Amino acid sequence: MISLEHVEKRYSGTAAPAVGDLTLEIGEGETVALVGPSGCGKTTTLKMINRLIEPTGGRILLDSTNVLDQDPVLLRRGIGYVIQHTGLLPHRTIRQNISTVPRLVAWNDERIAARIAELIEIFDLDAELLDRYPAELSGGQRQRVGVARALAADPPVMLMDEPFAAVDPIVRGRLQDQFLDIQARLRKTIVFVTHDVDEAIKLSDRMAILNVGGVLEQFAPPETVLREPENDFVREFVGAERGLKRLALIKVGDIEVDDGPVVSPSASADEARRVIDEAGFGWVSVVDEGELLGWVDRHELEGCATAGEPTPRPFSAYVTARDSLRQALDSVVTSRTAAAVVVSEGQHYRGILTLERISKEIVA
Amino acid sequence: MGMLSLVVAQFEGEPIVRWQWIVDHLDDVWSRGLQHVVLTGSSVTIGLAIAFPLAVLASRHRWTIPPVTWAIGILYTIPSFAFIFLLLPITGLSQTTVGIPLVAYSILILFRNTLAGLDSVEADVREAAIGMGLSRRQVLWRVEVPLAVPVIIAGVRIAIVSAIGLVTIAALIGRGGFGQFILLGLDTFFPTPLLLGVVLSVALAILADLLLLGLQRLVTPWSTPGGTRTVAT
Amino acid sequence: MEIITDGFSWLTDPANWSGSNGVPIRVWEHLQLSLIALTIATVIAVPLGLAIGHTGRGRFISVQVANIGRSVPSLAILGLVFLIAVERVPALAFGSLPTIVALAALGIPVILINTYVGIDQVDRETVEAARGMGMSGMQVLRRLEVPLATPLIMTGLRLAAVQIVATAGLAALIAGGGLGRYVIDGFYQRENDRMVAGAILIAAISVLTDLVFTLLARLAAPRLTSGSKGSGKIPA
Repeated sequence: MISLEHVEKRYSGTAAPAVGDLTLEIGEGETVALVGPSGCGKTTTLKMINRLIEPTGGRILLDSTNVLDQDPVLLRRGIGYVIQHTGLLPHRTIRQNISTVPRLVAWNDERIAARIAELIEIFDLDAELLDRYPAELSGGQRQRVGVARALAADPPVMLMDEPFAAVDPIVRGRLQDQFLDIQARLRKTIVFVTHDVDEAIKLSDRMAILNVGGVLEQFAPPETVLREPENDFVREFVGAERGLKRLALIKVGDIEVDDGPVVSPSASADEARRVIDEAGFGWVSVVDEGELLGWVDRHELEGCATAGEPTPRPFSAYVTARDSLRQALDSVVTSRTAAAVVVSEGQHYRGILTLERISKEIVA
Repeated sequence: MGMLSLVVAQFEGEPIVRWQWIVDHLDDVWSRGLQHVVLTGSSVTIGLAIAFPLAVLASRHRWTIPPVTWAIGILYTIPSFAFIFLLLPITGLSQTTVGIPLVAYSILILFRNTLAGLDSVEADVREAAIGMGLSRRQVLWRVEVPLAVPVIIAGVRIAIVSAIGLVTIAALIGRGGFGQFILLGLDTFFPTPLLLGVVLSVALAILADLLLLGLQRLVTPWSTPGGTRTVAT
Repeated sequence: MEIITDGFSWLTDPANWSGSNGVPIRVWEHLQLSLIALTIATVIAVPLGLAIGHTGRGRFISVQVANIGRSVPSLAILGLVFLIAVERVPALAFGSLPTIVALAALGIPVILINTYVGIDQVDRETVEAARGMGMSGMQVLRRLEVPLATPLIMTGLRLAAVQIVATAGLAALIAGGGLGRYVIDGFYQRENDRMVAGAILIAAISVLTDLVFTLLARLAAPRLTSGSKGSGKIPA
């Protein structure tokens, strides 16, 4: 979809090129992150694709046409572009902002209205925001509008320059999740720049790790980068906690969970005690026909006839198949039960994850 | 001292305002008011017509800023009082003698403000606009100019208010609008026209200021109120 | 253009450089009027601007009043002051006093606003840090706010000075001295060379005032390494 072939950007009066000789092939529907330290030319590279910066050498093919042969203004209308501070036009309403490119490419009013309706649904935006001005929106809302605006004319390709860097971590996390959901549906070809390795790991199909001067150190899926960093530069750049970061990529649903200690509420107290001793956690889950009621320990069973007699205590946190192993790990180390309880919809008991089980995935 | 006591005596018997005089001179009030407004309005309009293209040019070709600012700046340093009397022997007791200084001052104020307005557009807004595929001309007319409007109108406010003040000085050559009443009062030691001229010229300046402030709010619904602050530099 | 040369030849005629109506006397009168007026304006406007900027009290009203004051035509101020003088202190109504008062009134708004804004734009975090180190209100003002506001205050003084010098010519309208005499008398007596010479002198003195105050501002400015924050904001 996008190929960079020996792309070079030199600024006159500087000895070293900003980007030396970069070759990169990006497939259709792929999300690629450009990451690296400052001065690595990641933003320069991004902006050369829509010619906000003109390359001084090489070719950039978009759908097998060299972008350098196209009128830059027309080229840009066919590529979505999102920047850190959104760059929303402050004197235009949200509706007018979103319809900027559709108007430029002369869509009619009905088509624009239909597209806006579609976009606010996709981005979960409130229709009443449409007639407000950007200054009246929150940072997170503005960022979503920025992405919606870039997608307005339905371009196959989208470029994003630090798209979520300007919002606070909680909002950023939510925007990233929404981004993944939307991208799973739309399958655009996306190139984005970030300085945040975790963001690249979370959002990209492949990450291009660049060194100063636009030197490509590794171009691979995040999983591969974390497991087999190409060289010391990559190892150092992705930083410590590589194992932990990999856990963020593995879903609980991807691995087999342990059964864990389980009794039914009608089981005898002796039976429950036996299960507790066998598992060695000091507690047992009470599960009634698949539904998780909570847990009890030896102390509470004293003087009771059945496992269901003392009221089972709820677990402080659960994980589901969609959560990552990193979240499961967090649940393990912060809960009193020394295990993360895995449930599916309707509190349906699936099993448990222990520190031991998770660490197996780290070394794998 | 003899003349002084004479004048003071003349003032002493005189009420501050003779309403009948004002009623008798309503025609004059009207025509002087018209003169004041027309002189001010036309000078600032001509000034804007010259300053706006200059500022657009300067925002595109930055190297032109110092020479243009320097050239207009020289005119600006000549006091209006001196400017009028330097032109008088050349252009006579005409509209032009007042108009040239007024236009010159307007150009500098409006050039600076228009340029500042165009420059005030934030870099990421401009970048996003270009990134979306707006051409240079579209960026200018759809993004930069609309966003510069508040600053341009702020400049028009300053230009108009100072022009209203300058017109009064042109009373000396008979083109002073309401200033004519002030001069008449000073010349003839007659408080009524003096006060009338003061009140009307001040009222005109304040009214123009408030109207333009209202206009500024009206044409910029996107800006949050209370952001205005003009510092003279 | 011939008339301009006439003006210059009037200026080079030694006869015009002596006596009570000679150039040195008129220049001196002009500067005296201006300097006294500027001093009065400064003494009133700077402390007031400092107080408003430092305490934040009464800023809305004073800025509004100053803004309106700035829009009052100079001839109107002069006329008004003269009228009041004639009514209240007739003995002093003719001559320098009304002119000085009017010129001072003319200078106050711009000095006041620039002083206030100069203090107000000092970074609030820097002020907080200074207070946190245990500086008193006066110390914050003297050691931090005033030095940082100096460039803007100096700009206000320069603008006021130029405006006062340029307007002092109007003094001649109410029988005052200064360079306006040449212009007004030349105009009424149809002596164009005298009138133009007066206008040239007033223009020259205004330009010189501008230069002198620009130099003073350079000398007074504290050394700040990087430039102050750019105004990315759009004034409403």
